[in-house]
Amino acid sequence: MRRFSRDRLTAVLMLLPSLVVLAIFVYGFIGQTAYVSFTDWGRDPAQALAVSPQLNFVGWDNYQRLFTGLLESRFRQDLVNLVFFTVFFIVGSLGLGLALAILLDRGVKGEAFFRTIFLYPFALAFIVTGTVWRWMLQPQGGVNLLPTYLGLPRGEFAWLTSREQVWRFDWNQVPSITAGIVAVVLLWIAWGALRRAQHGQAFGFAIVGLALAAWGLAGGPGVELLPFPERRGFNLALIGVIIAAVWQMSGYTMALYLASLRGIPEELREAARVDGASGFQVYRHVVFPLLGPITLSAMIILGHISLKIFDLIWAMAGPDLATTSVPALLMYLRAFRGNQFADGAAIAMVLLLMVALVIVPYLWSSLRGEVRR
Amino acid sequence: MIAALKRTRWLTYGLLIIASLFFLGPVYLVIVTAFKEPAEIRLATAWHLPQRWYWQSFVVAWDAFSTGLRNSLILAVTATVISAMLGSLNGYVLSKWRFPGANIVFPLMLFGMFIPYQSILIPLFQFLRDVGLYGGLPGLIVTHVVYGLPITTLIFRNFYAEIPDEMLEAGKIDGAGFFGLYARIVFPLSIAGFVVVIIWQFTQIWNEFLFAVTLTRPASAPITVALAQLAGGEAVRWNLPMAGAILAALPTLIIYIILGRYFIRGLLAGSVKG
Repeated sequence: MRRFSRDRLTAVLMLLPSLVVLAIFVYGFIGQTAYVSFTDWGRDPAQALAVSPQLNFVGWDNYQRLFTGLLESRFRQDLVNLVFFTVFFIVGSLGLGLALAILLDRGVKGEAFFRTIFLYPFALAFIVTGTVWRWMLQPQGGVNLLPTYLGLPRGEFAWLTSREQVWRFDWNQVPSITAGIVAVVLLWIAWGALRRAQHGQAFGFAIVGLALAAWGLAGGPGVELLPFPERRGFNLALIGVIIAAVWQMSGYTMALYLASLRGIPEELREAARVDGASGFQVYRHVVFPLLGPITLSAMIILGHISLKIFDLIWAMAGPDLATTSVPALLMYLRAFRGNQFADGAAIAMVLLLMVALVIVPYLWSSLRGEVRR
Repeated sequence: MIAALKRTRWLTYGLLIIASLFFLGPVYLVIVTAFKEPAEIRLATAWHLPQRWYWQSFVVAWDAFSTGLRNSLILAVTATVISAMLGSLNGYVLSKWRFPGANIVFPLMLFGMFIPYQSILIPLFQFLRDVGLYGGLPGLIVTHVVYGLPITTLIFRNFYAEIPDEMLEAGKIDGAGFFGLYARIVFPLSIAGFVVVIIWQFTQIWNEFLFAVTLTRPASAPITVALAQLAGGEAVRWNLPMAGAILAALPTLIIYIILGRYFIRGLLAGSVKG
């Protein structure tokens, strides 16, 4: 027995170096970034690159400037870009991935061949994908020429250099809009809980959701982030980036869905067919409900990739083009080109918070499920 | 009924072929552009085949990118091997030597693979500068080993969970200790696990850009940085970026085509539950 406990000690000692290193490089460094984000590091050029710079504590000032400062409007457009990019990227990758998986699941010949073709972009670097798609999306060539081969006029869209913006809104409305979206999500969760007859949970979510909705309608418009309206919207230049990202990642969702479809017992579908379900109804009532968990996993993985998107945009549009920029790029430019380390740290913390909101519940629920199993 | 079945068959293949064109179109365009003479590359004829297949772009691209390719190879091989070995050891401890608090430690470790690296980049840059590793390959290798630990540990932990505990119990009765069990039972069963982890890590590190562009000087820059720099320049003819993109993509593409089965296993393992 003593021998085994000594082995157990050896085991822990073998793990310890990795744990210590990760504690420092992940949590220690995040703590340090958080600290830097509350200082003025970089405002005084003389201190910016000093070996041990003199830092002054400025509280939430950097964050406040990012969200409400007159000079930081690029950060706000970057955030809006990121939200639109994320939504379309996830919807596109899930949709195309699911469609491809369903097609391949119908027992086609050459399945392995098609699978290889759909998944190979996933093996490429975002920099390679970006370089290639930049060439594909040249306004006078590439994709815009394709209609001419069908006898149609050439495409005129300027893709990455487009300056058009649609779905415009006032930045001052962001608190109301956010409250509205969160309220809808909460009410949807409440509806789900109600259907599972968990009345207490349903009631709780419904109350909070309704309260948020009420605030969004009544109190939200009173909040003034900026002294004047600031128009933000969806930059059409992002469409090209979204297409390239979907091209790269939809094979991944296809692989996830295909593995999941193969896990559904044939008897289940057979039983539905015997009951008279059409091909579409089999999918609607038997297959799709079973794909719920994998869809959620895929959304989370794609979501966190999307929030961190950096190299693809760099390669397609360059780091300096504001119409396609995202916070991850702006952080790099601020901290490592402009030596505005405190600003960069604040942007990084906003980014980390967004990723954590997606990832922490995911880790928590999937590992908790594992312990129970 | 049979006619309808046939029609959906045709529809299935038709859609699959359209999808294949979407996925292969860029490859076609890259190849025809890379093999054209610079003077022949014009936007209006981008999709045309080269009038004469011209190899010279690859010679020039090789000159421009050989340093980057060599740096990437050293970086990816070294960091992959080290992080795979450490991951194997960690996975062995976490799956076979459960200790109190392991349920808390493991998710905290895993969180490290999801963070946006911007949130650790400033302290990391300072740290590497202070210890004299900023700018060169060793610093980048250390970085990739450290931030590779969560995923390699995760994959090995899930992989070792499949080895029945009874096998290790039998080994213990024979008098084997922590290292004896690893060397005689666990490691010999790990080959498939190592293949999955090595493919995954090699691909990730080869393709990585953010650390590479922030933490290296030009002489040590990996291929992704070299390609981004060349392609980002305005004056460059498109044959060079395209030839460079092919060179940069080949190693991971070859791995994917030869070892696709393990590649897919790795990417499925990336979704925590395994």
